[in-house]
Amino acid sequence: MMRPVAWVVVVLALVAPMCFASIAWTMTADDAAVQESTIGVTAEQEAAQLEDPELDAVTRELASQLRCPVCQGLSIQDSPTEMAEDMKLLIREQLAEGRSAEEVKTYFIGRYGEWVLLEPKAQGLNLAVYILPALGVIFGAGLIVRSVRRWVQQNDPATDPSAH
Amino acid sequence: MRWKPILIAAAIIVPLLALFTFGMTTDPRTVPTPLAGGEAPDFALEIMPLEGEPGSSEEEPVRVRLSDHIGDIVVVNFWASWCLPCREEHAPLMRVAETYQDRGVAFYGILYNDSPGNAQRWLEEMGGQSYPTLLDPRSRTAIDYGLYGVPETFFIGRDGRLAYKHFGPVTEQVLVEQIESLQPVGEEVGP
Repeated sequence: MMRPVAWVVVVLALVAPMCFASIAWTMTADDAAVQESTIGVTAEQEAAQLEDPELDAVTRELASQLRCPVCQGLSIQDSPTEMAEDMKLLIREQLAEGRSAEEVKTYFIGRYGEWVLLEPKAQGLNLAVYILPALGVIFGAGLIVRSVRRWVQQNDPATDPSAH
Repeated sequence: MRWKPILIAAAIIVPLLALFTFGMTTDPRTVPTPLAGGEAPDFALEIMPLEGEPGSSEEEPVRVRLSDHIGDIVVVNFWASWCLPCREEHAPLMRVAETYQDRGVAFYGILYNDSPGNAQRWLEEMGGQSYPTLLDPRSRTAIDYGLYGVPETFFIGRDGRLAYKHFGPVTEQVLVEQIESLQPVGEEVGP
């Protein structure tokens, strides 16, 4: 039987990177979950919006990439708060004025910091968020494989462990 | 006891645990504002009438512009009637505003995500206000200031630059400290 210490190490080695990985996954999950907003808009907002499905689509896309400052963890697109509604309207207006998606993002980053992006820009120290979880899972998997192999050998009376 | 795997695991886990522990001690809401040190975003907002007062006429509503206040220290407090911590900071804000009103320090409240009716009732319940509250339709100014929630208080220097953003209810001590730090060097001011 594998020594208890080794088991503790394996469990911790799996749990720690899983925490990291799950954090990174929640941050990218909103991309996959772009939904039609079912939140009602006021009559005034509806009138102001005018018919423009293309603009709406770009607005939704952009809103899904920005974090709602009030409901942490939700994108502006998914957040039911009034602040999120106001921000969506602002995004739409800025896009309608002719600003590019990058310019709108820059505006929000200038007010809230890079934290407002749901997906951190893949540059500099932020790369760690993408690379470390992958490394962690690979490392953890490697540890499991090694430990399980050793455990199997120890338990199999036909195998002589000292021969390996 | 085989040390090598334990050491390797520890070398990974210990820094991770340290990082998580450190993370637990920080408040995710107090991210420093990227606006600090730069020009405070301008605004031109209507003053909220108090209960019983006539509102400004539809044609020419009176607007308060930040850009009209160059030369003054401006303290901007975002608040709402549904915000519990805002009750704590109401009295200190009123007191300090009154103390500094003749010293070139302007205080403004900006209502966030709330109706004027609620705000007026709240002010009446809290004993009135010593400076105007401004209305911010569609939270344009709130977004411009990178607001996460209420209360947040912004301190703007005489040159129009945003000096400091305070998260959560502000105290008399913070108010006085920040205002004093914005007075030009050499000027003798006391509370």
